[in-house]
Amino acid sequence: MRNIITVKDMCLWYGEHQALKNVNIEIPEKSITAFIGPSGCGKSTFLKSLNRMNDLIPGVKITGELRYEGADIYAKGVDVNNLRKEIGMVFQKPNPFPMSVYDNVAYGPRTHGISNKLQLDEIVEKALRDAAIWDELKDRLKKNALGLSGGQQQRLCIARALAVQPRILLMDEPTSALDPISTSRIEELVMELKEEYTIVMVTHNMQQAVRVSDYTAFFLLGELVEFGKTDDIFSQPKDKRTEDYITGRFG
Amino acid sequence: MPHQSLSRKRKNYEALMKVLMLLSVGITAALVLFLLIYVLVKGVPNITWELLSTSPSYLTERIGILPDILNTLYILLLSLLIVLPLGVGAAIYLSEYASNKKLLALIEYAAETLSGIPSIIYGLVGMLLFSNSMGTCLMAGALTLVIMNLPTIMRATQESLKTVPQSYREGAFGLGAGKWRVVRTVVLPGCVDGVITGCILAAGRILGESAALLFTAGFAHTVLSFPLGMKSPGATLTVALYVYAKEQGEFGVAFAIAAILMFMTILINFAATIVQNRFEKRKSL
Ligand SMILES: Nc1ncnc2c1ncn2[C@@H]1O[C@H](COP(=O)(O)OP(=O)(O)O)[C@@H](O)[C@H]1O
Ligand SMILES: [Mg+2]
Repeated sequence: MRNIITVKDMCLWYGEHQALKNVNIEIPEKSITAFIGPSGCGKSTFLKSLNRMNDLIPGVKITGELRYEGADIYAKGVDVNNLRKEIGMVFQKPNPFPMSVYDNVAYGPRTHGISNKLQLDEIVEKALRDAAIWDELKDRLKKNALGLSGGQQQRLCIARALAVQPRILLMDEPTSALDPISTSRIEELVMELKEEYTIVMVTHNMQQAVRVSDYTAFFLLGELVEFGKTDDIFSQPKDKRTEDYITGRFG
Repeated sequence: MPHQSLSRKRKNYEALMKVLMLLSVGITAALVLFLLIYVLVKGVPNITWELLSTSPSYLTERIGILPDILNTLYILLLSLLIVLPLGVGAAIYLSEYASNKKLLALIEYAAETLSGIPSIIYGLVGMLLFSNSMGTCLMAGALTLVIMNLPTIMRATQESLKTVPQSYREGAFGLGAGKWRVVRTVVLPGCVDGVITGCILAAGRILGESAALLFTAGFAHTVLSFPLGMKSPGATLTVALYVYAKEQGEFGVAFAIAAILMFMTILINFAATIVQNRFEKRKSL
């Protein structure tokens, strides 16, 4: 399979504190890659550096090479807004805007210049269908999104991210704030989405990684310890630290 | 028994404190009520249609405060019109764009200090800055009040910007929105209540301001047109109140003006409460 993201010798510092050390990874297209590891090991940091959400934090320094479709993500003159359109993001805590369901989903397309009502209607419906929430929300498009349940809000956020037609979807522990039923709906959804999108997902939950992902990367203390097919990582880890972690000996 | 006497002492102490607190509440309430009633009783009977609808004339010895009412509204409008974009713009720049944390803290500290400076000092500065170049006029007065209220609007907006969750900004940036689009569509709508609150606070201050205007806007009681008349001097209600009471001994008129100002203040506070409630309701949605 083709790799859509390649990272070579990447290091990242928050001021003096080095949060990532020599990360090397190649993420295959149209698959689900899970990042696992104890908290504070740099999973979110690495995920956010893929669409330059770290730019928002002052004092971040990055070295090494990050490429999306062969192009340097951090090159001078890269249009960050375009990059984020291609590489979308879903956050840990559902964060719909305080506007209607419709306006939430239409926010991205409008941002990128679509204002035709019919076209927007179409995009919104498709995004909500793709996020498996159209049936629940089709009669509530004008209602404020903050009135939805947590699980619905998160699927709305997924729809909102899909509406700009990204190639990659970064998800930072998208189910950690949700109940088991909402969690399994999102897991099903993610598995369907990989037909069209590349998914990179941080998860705290190792069962979740086993259930949904094709590839798994194990992070520890800012290092990418091991990366490979999920089945291999969980059945025959090469590194002792990976084995200790997945068998629950620490973390 | 020592134990019992201790608990009795404590009880007495509690009771005493309660009485003292009640007393202070009573005194405060009584003072406010007294002031309100006193002004209303002395002022309201002097409010006549003629007073409200005419200009003063030395020939007929008539006193009318129409020009003063208009001047007050002009100054209010003019000041808010200028201070609002300035203050909100500054707040947005400082909170959303500026990255130099030290400079930011310094400016915030300066703004905090500025709002504590006695208004007569603003008057003095305004006189040198504006009245000396454009003459004593309503515009000079309004500009002086702009400087005076800039920190108020800026701080209120900034406080309100802080209440807009960071996750909204992240969500919008994550969709590829540029800085200005994020500010305009996600951040600003979330801080409208702060801006309005700041406006109302400023309006209250502008309405009640006299010292700064004595220096800068003058004392004339002629009806002026908008916007051309802004180049002419004119007294606002508070300034007129001072003049009628202190220089002409017209206490009836002074109290009438006082009563009108009181109504206006109450109206503004009322508006503030309504706005606050409405936004709180929307937020708890
Ligand atoms: N904005 C920040 N400023 C400074 N340090 C940070 C920031 N965000 C994360 N860190 C630090 O970087 C390390 C990795 O954090 P993070 O990527 O959030 O870990 P994870 O998502 O694996 O729990 C932690 O030590 C954390 O304290
Ligand atoms: Mg994290």
